[in-house]
Amino acid sequence: MNIFVFGIIASFTLIVALAAATLPKLMHAALSFAVMFLGISAFFFLLGAEFVGLVQVFVYIGAVAVLIVFTILLTPHDVGNVRGFGWSGVVVAIAVFGGLIWAIVKTKSVAIAPSVAKALTVKQIGEALMISYVWPLLCVGVLLTAALIGALILVMEDKRS
Amino acid sequence: MTLSTLLVVSATLFCLGLLAALSRRHAIFILIGIEMMLAAANINFIAFWRFGPHTAHPTGVIVAIFAIAIAAAEAAVGLAMVIAVYRHFRTTNVDQFNQLKG
Repeated sequence: MNIFVFGIIASFTLIVALAAATLPKLMHAALSFAVMFLGISAFFFLLGAEFVGLVQVFVYIGAVAVLIVFTILLTPHDVGNVRGFGWSGVVVAIAVFGGLIWAIVKTKSVAIAPSVAKALTVKQIGEALMISYVWPLLCVGVLLTAALIGALILVMEDKRS
Repeated sequence: MTLSTLLVVSATLFCLGLLAALSRRHAIFILIGIEMMLAAANINFIAFWRFGPHTAHPTGVIVAIFAIAIAAAEAAVGLAMVIAVYRHFRTTNVDQFNQLKG
């Protein structure tokens, strides 16, 4: 397929993800976290899952990144205190990375090209959600309601004390 | 673009998220790392669906949508916990949350 576009998107996403993981200032990291999701949704567009790409942009850049920025602004931290970096985490991450790459390289059956597929319509996704996956959909609705109420209760001021 | 290159990209993204979650001291960085790991898992879901034999049925897409919804709920509760803990301890450094340490 278009291997050039894939290389550009992959390097862009990984560089921004590295920035989000290692930048010392929290606000810079949160903004590069938001930009990283643009790269990830570009992957979804490239793979023919346009609906998931759009959902990713709406949910992450529109909601989660804004929520993270609000939380950063609401918790003014003493900068020098929080800037530590644990090097044992780097060792663990590199070990996990080596194990995953070893497993991917060893598995011969994943070196395949994509099959020719018809474009997925939103109608198909909606029918699958409403017919085959209607119970998981209801459970996710209950979960989101519970998360909303739980988040509200967690941040509510305790009036009794 | 084969499936293995996509898997390498998502494995790299997962390990960057793991790096952020394990080595940073700030509580919000840990949440950012967890969100990065979930996004890497989503890339894997979509890639295995696209390269698999049954692309007519949108199983991978549905699983990715559910994963995004659950990740959003997790982010909301996690950030609320960060704010609640900040109110109590006046810091967001996870090394100083050691009240239960024996």
